[in-house]
Amino acid sequence: MNRFAELLDRLVLTPSRNGKLTLLTDYFRSVEDPDRGLALAAITGDLSIAAVKPAMLRTLVIERMDPVLFRYSYDYVGDLAETVSLVWPQSSADIPNHAPTLAEVVAKLQAASRSDGPKVLARLLDSASISARFAIIKLVTGGLRIGVSARLAKQALADLGGVDITEIEELWHGLAPPYTELFAWLEGKAEKPRKTALALFRPVMLSTPVGDGDLEKLDPADYAAEWKWDGIRVQAVCEGGVRRLYSRTGDDVSGAFPDFGEAMNFSATLDGELLVGDPLQATGTFSDLQQRLNRKSVTPKIQQQYPAFMRCYDVLQIGDEDLRPLCFRERRGRLEAFVKSLDPSRFDLSPLVEFTDWQALEELRRKPLHPVIEGVMLKRWDSPYLAGRPKGPWFKWKRDPHTVDAVLMYAQRGHGKRSSFYSDYTFGVWSGPEGSEELVPVGKAYFGFTDEELRQIDKYVRDNTIERFGPVRSVRADREAGLVLEVAFEGLNRSTRHKSGVAMRFPRISRLRWDKPAAEADRIETLQALLDS
Amino acid sequence: MQQASRAAISDYLGAMRASDLLHPRPEGLYCPPGDFFIDPVRPVSRALITHGHSDHARSGHRSVLATQQTLDIMGLRYGEGFAGTTQAAVLGEAIALNGVSVTFHPAGHVLGSAQIAVEHQGTCIVASGDYKRQGDATCEPFEPIKCDVFITEATFGLPVFRHPPDTEEIGRLLKSAAQFPERSHLIGAYALGKAQRVMRLLRDAGYDRPIYIHGALAKLSDYYQSQGIDLGMLEPATVESSGKDDFTGAIVVGPPSAFADRWARRFPDPISCFASGWMRIRQRAKQGGVELPLIISDHADWDELTATIKETGAEEIWVTHGREEALVRWCELEGIAARPLHLVGYEDEGD
Repeated sequence: MNRFAELLDRLVLTPSRNGKLTLLTDYFRSVEDPDRGLALAAITGDLSIAAVKPAMLRTLVIERMDPVLFRYSYDYVGDLAETVSLVWPQSSADIPNHAPTLAEVVAKLQAASRSDGPKVLARLLDSASISARFAIIKLVTGGLRIGVSARLAKQALADLGGVDITEIEELWHGLAPPYTELFAWLEGKAEKPRKTALALFRPVMLSTPVGDGDLEKLDPADYAAEWKWDGIRVQAVCEGGVRRLYSRTGDDVSGAFPDFGEAMNFSATLDGELLVGDPLQATGTFSDLQQRLNRKSVTPKIQQQYPAFMRCYDVLQIGDEDLRPLCFRERRGRLEAFVKSLDPSRFDLSPLVEFTDWQALEELRRKPLHPVIEGVMLKRWDSPYLAGRPKGPWFKWKRDPHTVDAVLMYAQRGHGKRSSFYSDYTFGVWSGPEGSEELVPVGKAYFGFTDEELRQIDKYVRDNTIERFGPVRSVRADREAGLVLEVAFEGLNRSTRHKSGVAMRFPRISRLRWDKPAAEADRIETLQALLDS
Repeated sequence: MQQASRAAISDYLGAMRASDLLHPRPEGLYCPPGDFFIDPVRPVSRALITHGHSDHARSGHRSVLATQQTLDIMGLRYGEGFAGTTQAAVLGEAIALNGVSVTFHPAGHVLGSAQIAVEHQGTCIVASGDYKRQGDATCEPFEPIKCDVFITEATFGLPVFRHPPDTEEIGRLLKSAAQFPERSHLIGAYALGKAQRVMRLLRDAGYDRPIYIHGALAKLSDYYQSQGIDLGMLEPATVESSGKDDFTGAIVVGPPSAFADRWARRFPDPISCFASGWMRIRQRAKQGGVELPLIISDHADWDELTATIKETGAEEIWVTHGREEALVRWCELEGIAARPLHLVGYEDEGD
């Protein structure tokens, strides 16, 4: 337990991604099973422990110390879990000869019933060190908030075993804590765990933006073009009766789309865009789609109003046959045939866009036939389906205006009707060398969102505040966590007044990218390239 | 009931001689019968100094009475003419000042630090200055002195402050140095006391590579070494003496302010560490950009403060700089009379 507690303490104060990876891999290397696997599960959010409410924690501590001294302490520290971990009275008689392991702590917490949970927690706190108490409280109150995403933890595993992260992602949903067979494989002591579980995630293939001069070097005949739909990228997997809908980072989002799940009655892995509406009638906008996102549960009314469907553009597997090694042309043929067998109100095919040369495609890109289209995709006819973001086989070519995916950094309270809302947003993009990227502010926007979105952002700001300076709050924004805002703007000027060297014309929030990891927001070079063009 | 006991205390305060023997004045804590001040913050005629930290030991007094080591340290910091005359106090030996007996006892805070026991007509007050109870190889350990009134600091006077053993903290530092051998570890530590204690702890933990130090630490560290406190090989952390690569894997000690300075740019991808009792609070570490907080303090933590108050057997506690409120509350719960002294001019943040 102490080593886990120490790991948490270090991670929360280590800003650099590489530093975090070193701490994680060292921990996984030096700590034995099952503790390390349980730690991994705690970090990725896969450890289930019945939650203890903050009020219960407060009650427990007040039973043990003077309430006035507790109040002074809490006022000073400001964080309940930390305060309790520090002030919890401990007599030397309580200190056991051997510090409890993480496995022992987890076992006791998991075995506790709802009624004796607080008592079990109190006994554990009696026997733990200060750091361990903090870690235990974090485990039972839910959410470690240590600035480590599940993806970063998986990267650390990949580093530990010298394998590619996509191998871990592929296995992940078939494994369970404490991941003993996974560690054995990574340490070379056992075979790679077989994919025994059904309907696992396949790492997705990503595109790179079309840069200046890129197209001149390419032959249009080598590429297929498709519309780029403004939804969210999903992977629908059905295997042996198990149905899962994954986001592009491999998170299982099935729970939010029960209506769509009912139509997943096939045996295949499909790649496509999740949209709302009726594919035969009308495709909803991204803001319509947002009615369905970030919900733990979804009411029948919302499901009816905004039915989800998938616009398919690739097929990775049909039955037992892995299609990823096939070229895009062949996969496309299989996909076209396969989609015909699916419920047409829930699945359709992303149509190919006919074009003869880049100029013609440019015309189409500028005047797309539907507002939910945000550009075109280019896919090499002869490319296999590759995990990650290889440059060359897939390009995205977005329509105007310019948009940039920036990360929310500061929020300021508005005035008048908005005086109780954090409604003015300063956002930034990444700069600096790989491994020590920093956000540099590039602009400020205060419109472009609906009232409902304003409420959502306001809540996000309040929940993720790091510092307050009068009416301004700085929000958590780093490689691991942050709210990505897609900012649309009409042009870019050079600026000597701004640290970033650029000033946006007419910036507005074009949408909220709740689905996009902060680390994948744009870099300053993307904007600088615009300046130079 | 509470009101009645409050009234009793204030009657007692009004009648007692303790506040005639020592009481706060704008210059500092004053003893009218002895005509001297303890740790005055402005120049006075006669000053008794508990230890060499600059908020307690100021220059410009007509005469100064302190331990020899504190006098030496003041000389190093302010130059030889820091006071009109000086007198060295020997630990445990009483000195009469206008009929008031004063005795210096070790405080365990930094080298040369002392508590001052003031006795007159059967009343004994101990002004403890800053103190700690955890072991420290760089100074004499604190001695509890039986007294009627104990004057305590309250820098860490909240139940949240619980300092871990310093050896554990140094263990974490050495572990990090092994984990990140390509980076340097910069330790912020106050120039008098903390810096030397950290160096000594490193040596006691078996660290035998040179320790690089900021120029501000040189004179005081040399002085510690001259007093028989072995700090091992210390090298100036200057660019002239070494290129950037030479600081790879190095442990560098400097005053905390230096790390926000351009001075720190010479180190490769440094991990910023800070040795202080404040590092117990995560948000303090976070706000200061500290990656590796080392909870090493030269002040008593909550458990040390409360244990010490009991050990002195004092009937009354006067609380000086820090978080007085909570310590006074604790005394109340324990049935010990206590009040804050509200002395001005002392840093309640330094550690």
